[in-house]
Amino acid sequence: MNNLIDLEKKINSELTTKINKTSIIHNQIYVEIDKEDLIDVVLFIKTNKDTKFRQLIDITVVDYPEETQRFKIVYLFLSHEFNHRMILSYFINENELISSLTNVFPSANWMEREVFDMYGVNFKNHPDLRRILTDYGFEGHPLRKDFPLTGHSEVRYSEEKKKVINEPVKLEQNYRNFDYESPWEGTKYIKEISGTNDKKN
Amino acid sequence: MTKKIKNLNLNFGPQHPAAHGVLRLILELDGEVVEKADPHIGLLHRGTEKLIENKTYMQAVPYFDRLDYVAPMNQEHAFALAIEKILDIDVPIRAQYIRVMFCEIGRILSHILNVTTQALDVGALTPSLWGFEERETLMTFYERASGSRLHANYFRAGGVHQDLPAGLENDIAKFCETFPKIINDLENLLTDNRIFKQRNVDIGVVTKDDALDYSFSGVMIRGSGIPWDLRKSQPYDCYDQLEFKIPVGKNGDCYDRYLCRIEEMKESVSIIKQCLARMEKGPIKTFDGKISPPSKAEIKQSMEALIHHFKLFTEGYRVPKDEIYTAVEAPKGEFGVYLISDGSSKPYKCKIRAPGFSHLQSMDYLIKGHMLADVPAVLGSLDIVFGEVDR
Repeated sequence: MNNLIDLEKKINSELTTKINKTSIIHNQIYVEIDKEDLIDVVLFIKTNKDTKFRQLIDITVVDYPEETQRFKIVYLFLSHEFNHRMILSYFINENELISSLTNVFPSANWMEREVFDMYGVNFKNHPDLRRILTDYGFEGHPLRKDFPLTGHSEVRYSEEKKKVINEPVKLEQNYRNFDYESPWEGTKYIKEISGTNDKKN
Repeated sequence: MTKKIKNLNLNFGPQHPAAHGVLRLILELDGEVVEKADPHIGLLHRGTEKLIENKTYMQAVPYFDRLDYVAPMNQEHAFALAIEKILDIDVPIRAQYIRVMFCEIGRILSHILNVTTQALDVGALTPSLWGFEERETLMTFYERASGSRLHANYFRAGGVHQDLPAGLENDIAKFCETFPKIINDLENLLTDNRIFKQRNVDIGVVTKDDALDYSFSGVMIRGSGIPWDLRKSQPYDCYDQLEFKIPVGKNGDCYDRYLCRIEEMKESVSIIKQCLARMEKGPIKTFDGKISPPSKAEIKQSMEALIHHFKLFTEGYRVPKDEIYTAVEAPKGEFGVYLISDGSSKPYKCKIRAPGFSHLQSMDYLIKGHMLADVPAVLGSLDIVFGEVDR
């Protein structure tokens, strides 16, 4: 599939029931699916001779705390052969288990560990689901929107105990997050695009 | 009588000079053969992505310098491109050449560091002494353009922060004349060196399929014989107007990756020369006053410029609601930014895709069955910098 429009048609016709929505923006194809169909869809796009998305670039999560389906799981794929990028996504609730891609792409291992560490999303059939980036014994999931920027605990060397200890964060001055967003009308061209989303305007 | 044999667990790092940073590698050894490697990362985790969510787009740029701190501007480039694509703004041609030139300088910086420290890891001291002198020269170019040797904070959405100071272009051109000789010197020391070859040839071999499955990119995938370079296949800025070759390896071992890096440095020199030759006087950032700040002289003269300046440095510019993934060919591989904007002046989410992360994860696969002494050689050829792995 040498161009994206053909690719979009191909995916839609081959996987009709499994695809919720496709779109082409910024020369990349965005595909929305259901949680249950992940493995099927990924196996298809990896092995089919017209798609050949042979590489998993990254897995990440977007947190929307106000929504009922809080997490949007995002997979980025790259097809070297046809030079396409695909962004695959689906929404899940906070405590849902999702399938691991480690059997299809070995590189998913650490990416899923990172997702677990940063967002607390759990994977089933993952061989080794441990925290990866945060400290040993860390609590919480830092990239969730409700996790404070300054964190909950800080470490320091205690002269009395002769070791490094964990304490609740004490700040000399609270973290100040000024709201600089203008109460006045923004420029017109931005208002048109962002539309209803921009409540502060 | 039977003897009980137990595997030995060895803790490599986190303060080991050959770990190239703060890597804790737990190795399971059977005699001198590595059975299993479990890298523990995150000792340099600073929460970059969380911090970026709390800063305006302009304030977020310096965090990118601190990822792969041996080639800072390449990272800024990915972020700048992501914003530019969402805002749909054009970058003046001079700015494109300046950015590409500094990206290639970054590539040379990174490759010198990698090639020479890899040599250091396998026992050759001289290359690093020779190479670091050149890195220092390159970093003075960084300093003259941006004001700092490492943490440049130079690229902006829509161009670069400032024009090049007088004389810098000449000095970079002079460097391009002298530097190929240094590469030759390094090659004389290493390429046919018996010890260097014994330590690197057929070590850490990656097949084509595995390179794809393990999400390798950059030199790691080219070393295995896949001709894939984002500068050619998905050109950004002015790369499509420049002529350069993509060196590709044959065997996918540490030695081929070393050769690729050496050849890439030569290509980078040629790219820099082409940029210098084509660069003409002109604007270095977009004229859109809503995105790039006005000059100091304008602020003194014009009320509108003053307001723009004030707004840009308090509120910052707003980026319409969108979602995008952009990637650049950083020296270490595909460095990508997955950016979600929500119409405010701060990114809603900014996921950083660091090439080193997927390279390091394959450590277990690469090192299984090798000798303990090969660990630094393989680690060296992966080109790991913890700033980007841990983020």
